[in-house]
Amino acid sequence: MKKTQRSFLNRRVLLACFIAIAAIYLIGIFIWGLAMNPNDYAVHYENKLLSPSASHLFGTDAMGRDMFKRCIKGLSNSLVIGLLAAGFSSVVALILGIASAVFGGWVDRTVKLLVDLCMGLPHLVLLILVSYMLGKGALGVTCAVAFTHWPGLTRIVRQEVLQLKSSQYVQAAYRMGKSPFQVALHHMVPHVLPAYLIGLVLLFPHAIMHEASITFLGFGLSKETPAIGVILSESMNYITTGKWWMAVFPGVMLLLAVILFDGIGETLKKLWNPMSGNE
Amino acid sequence: MRKKKKFLLEFLRMLLLLFLVCLFAFILIAKSPIDPLVSYIGTNSTLSVEAKKQIAEYWGLNDPLPQRFLTWVVNLLHGDMGTSITYKKPVIQVIMERFSYSAILMLLAWLFSGIFGFIIGTICGIRQGGIFDRIVKFFCLTMKSAPTFWLGLMFLVIFAVKLGLFPIGMAVPMGKLASEITLADRIHHLILPVVTLTVANISEVVLYTRQRLIEIINSDFVLYARTRGENERQIITRHVLRNIALPAITLQFASFSELFGGMALAENVFAYPGIGTATTAAALNGDAPLLMGIALLSAIFVFSGNLIANLLYGVFDPRIREDEA
Repeated sequence: MKKTQRSFLNRRVLLACFIAIAAIYLIGIFIWGLAMNPNDYAVHYENKLLSPSASHLFGTDAMGRDMFKRCIKGLSNSLVIGLLAAGFSSVVALILGIASAVFGGWVDRTVKLLVDLCMGLPHLVLLILVSYMLGKGALGVTCAVAFTHWPGLTRIVRQEVLQLKSSQYVQAAYRMGKSPFQVALHHMVPHVLPAYLIGLVLLFPHAIMHEASITFLGFGLSKETPAIGVILSESMNYITTGKWWMAVFPGVMLLLAVILFDGIGETLKKLWNPMSGNE
Repeated sequence: MRKKKKFLLEFLRMLLLLFLVCLFAFILIAKSPIDPLVSYIGTNSTLSVEAKKQIAEYWGLNDPLPQRFLTWVVNLLHGDMGTSITYKKPVIQVIMERFSYSAILMLLAWLFSGIFGFIIGTICGIRQGGIFDRIVKFFCLTMKSAPTFWLGLMFLVIFAVKLGLFPIGMAVPMGKLASEITLADRIHHLILPVVTLTVANISEVVLYTRQRLIEIINSDFVLYARTRGENERQIITRHVLRNIALPAITLQFASFSELFGGMALAENVFAYPGIGTATTAAALNGDAPLLMGIALLSAIFVFSGNLIANLLYGVFDPRIREDEA
């Protein structure tokens, strides 16, 4: 609060600027990685294990591949998986969350049981099991990350709707003879949307981190696919000989992406909350 | 009396849930296209088709799924979890052996992150807005986003490779006889993994404690205490700490799931022979019995954490106790 008085911009504008910059950075990486020519991170044995320099910002690995380009491509792949996870989770969480709170009874109990089931195993173990079931590989990793992030969001939605249920306008809508489905669609969804969207943004960093963790453990993506997890697990073989750049930079890139997503989510949360929005 | 009944109900619910989680894990593993037979005998074995059929029959791979699950449960109740394909030992033995390593790692990291996290969080909350607070807050927000395995790698690069203070990995020195390994060796090898796991888990406690402390300091009853003439130290020890200590402990118990995940990653970085490395080895080698055993173990681990957290909530917060009853 003291901090904002010094600048002439108010907090809202500052936060909006931050969001814009973060979004541009992330979308930039996403598009750059998608459109990247595979030759950019191809094998060049003549310049292997180079230290970071102007032509190879992050140095090169044991096969002479440019680490910077591989990182960008890898992060972009992670973002795709994050998007899939968010897409799937959002639909499932919205439907389950609202159904559970609106219908109550056995629907509620089933949903709660499903959530507890998914949260009963450590997330990492669940990821490993799902990817094992799908026979590992890229498909396994993608599905594992996509299918296991909905419980948290479901809980958020359910909580919000439960609070709404006893509010006057929802009660009034019921009295006017609207069906539970209509009430859910016209009154619940619009109200839940902000909390839900924020939860969705905050889900991204989790998805990205889990994707990196599970590929780091050696599931799924092959050695040729550029992915942060693969790069880091490869780098384990070289750091003992002092090739620190292979582990440091990819991790920093990942960290930066995760922090930015986290920052966007938290900022949105603050902006949305009327108590802190107009400071 | 009512408390006892509630405890029992909670316990029964947990048991039912545990059973369902096992069933879920079993279906996931059994439906996998990775053939346990192939992972047992290897892809280029010269075993005849008849012999393979015999093994499949002996293992009951041709039975319907419910029957296989039932067999697993019955054997489990007899204390038999099958034989691990990777380690060629009974699963229960592998798990016991490995879990003793992991348990000490997790316990230490859990205690350290809890205690130091609480202390640091308290200091930050009291000196809100100060330099220490800002540095710690920045550090915690960064650590919250850092993947555990990358943290481990960084610690390896700095402390083991550049400074040469600690060994690169493993739980005991390489090439030493088991009888020559001293406690000091073990501790020396344990430090880096514990530090990694502690740092990875500490930020949540710090941020939570700090947040709660600030909330409570600004509350009406603290204002009232202040008007009564209590000094800062009295307020903190009498009113604030009492209010945040228990939720913080509960939070620590509820974070068992993340602790387990972090442990698995940290162990893989440091090649520490615990449950985490066994998990990846089992899943990568198609070792279904061991994977199932680990899934069960991790589920029990998480459930006990949740159960303790739930009970603590009830015991220490009368409002929740009333609600649930």
